[in-house]
Amino acid sequence: MAQHQVNYLKDGGLPVALTTIDKVVNWGRSNSIWALTYGLACCGIEMMASGASRYDFDRFGTIFRASPRQAELMVVAGTLTKKHAEFIRRLYDQMTEPKWVISMGSCANTGGMFNTYATVQGVDRVIPVDLYLPGCAPRPETLQYAVLLLQQKIRRESASRAQKPKRLM
Amino acid sequence: MRAYTPKDDVQKKPYYTDRYWVAPQVAKSDVSADAVFAADLEAIKAKFEVLDAYIQVKQMVVVINAANNFGVIELMKNELEYNQLSELSAIDWLAQEGKFEIFYQMLSMSKRKRIRVKCKIDEKESIQSLSSLFRSADWSEREMYDMFGVVVNNHPFMKRILMPDDWEGFPLRKTYPLQGDEFAQWYEVDKIFGKEAREIIGPENRDSARVDRYDTERFSRLGHEVPRGADISQGEPDTPLCYQENEGVFLIQKFDAEKSVVISDRDR
Repeated sequence: MAQHQVNYLKDGGLPVALTTIDKVVNWGRSNSIWALTYGLACCGIEMMASGASRYDFDRFGTIFRASPRQAELMVVAGTLTKKHAEFIRRLYDQMTEPKWVISMGSCANTGGMFNTYATVQGVDRVIPVDLYLPGCAPRPETLQYAVLLLQQKIRRESASRAQKPKRLM
Repeated sequence: MRAYTPKDDVQKKPYYTDRYWVAPQVAKSDVSADAVFAADLEAIKAKFEVLDAYIQVKQMVVVINAANNFGVIELMKNELEYNQLSELSAIDWLAQEGKFEIFYQMLSMSKRKRIRVKCKIDEKESIQSLSSLFRSADWSEREMYDMFGVVVNNHPFMKRILMPDDWEGFPLRKTYPLQGDEFAQWYEVDKIFGKEAREIIGPENRDSARVDRYDTERFSRLGHEVPRGADISQGEPDTPLCYQENEGVFLIQKFDAEKSVVISDRDR
C-alpha cells in the first residue's frame, strides 16, 4: 500500500480509468467491425476499393472476412437476385450476434433500375438493414462514412441490448 | 341511337394509330446471288426438305422442318464445313401463329460465311438436342428451356440454367409480365419465411420514383436525424454531421488542428 494519499479518481494517480461495461464493450465492438465480403455486382468493386490501400478500411478496424462466422457486418454491395435471396438469408443467419447490415447502392436498397421479375426489390425484404447507402455505385468515401456512422450507432446502443437479435418480422 | 363509349380515361388512350404503317423488313435476295450459298443449299436440298431459303444481310437463312434439325446441322458440320454453332435460341410467335421459332446460327471459319437455320415447333412440341454435335448447344438449349419452356430431347442435363430450379413460368415468353407474376413477386418471401409472412412483409414497391418525404422508417435522414418511426410532419431538428459523439469516444481523442505542430526540421 502506498503511504501517501492517492486520489484514484483522478488521472495520473494510477494508470486506472473508470468507465462502464457498456462503453468498453461498445468501444471494442465499434472499432473492430469485421465485414463479410459480399460483392454481388459493381458496388462490390467500390467495396473492394474501400478496403484497399487508398481508402484503407483497416485503420478503422474493418477487415473483410470470407466467412460469415467471423463477421459481424454484412455489406450487401450490389443487385440481389431472387435466386440468391435464400443464400443471403442463410449467410446472415450464420453470422454471430451482434450483427449489422449495410445495404450499399440503389440495387440493394430498392432493386434500383432492375424493376424486373428476377430482382429482389430491396434487401430489407429478406434481412433487417441498419444503414442504407444511396448511390449507383456509392464512392468509397460513402462506404467509409457509413462505417463511421455505424460505429456511432454501435456506441449509442447498450452492449447487452445489442445482443438481442434483430427480427425482420 | 349511338352506342355509348365511356370517356373517363380518353386522355390516357392513344388517340392516333397509323393505319398504313408497315413494320420495316430487311431486304431478302435470292440464294443464287451467292455461289457458295447456292452450293450449300443444293447439298442440303439433296437430303432434306427445305421450306424456304433466302439471303438477308449477307447471310443465308434456311427454313427446314423441325424434325430434320439434327440431320441438317450434322450435314452442315461434317460436310459443309460450318464448324461453329455460335447461337441458338427460340422466338415466341405464340400469339401470332401458336408456334415457337427455333434458330441456329452457324459459322464457317474456312468459307467465312454464316447460315441461319430456322424451324418452327408447336408450344407443347419438343425438339432434338444438338449437344452431341456442339458443346455450345448444351447451355444454349438449357437457356432456351429456361426462358421459353421449349423441351429438348436427348439433352444430357435438361434443367433450368438461369432461374432457380423451383421457378414457375418462362420469363422470355411474350405473355410473361416484366415485373413478374404473383409467384415471382412473392418468390423470396415464400421461400424464406413461408406464405404466412406475406402479410407482414407486404408487397414489393414497384414504383421506383416513390419518395415519401415524411418516411422515417426506411431512410436515414443525414443532418436531420430522428428516431425510427417518428412523426416529422411538423418539422425536424437539425443534427449536424460529425464523425464522433460530442463528448468524444472512450480512449480516442479528437484531432485538434490548433494543437498540432508542423515539424520543419526533419532531423529533429
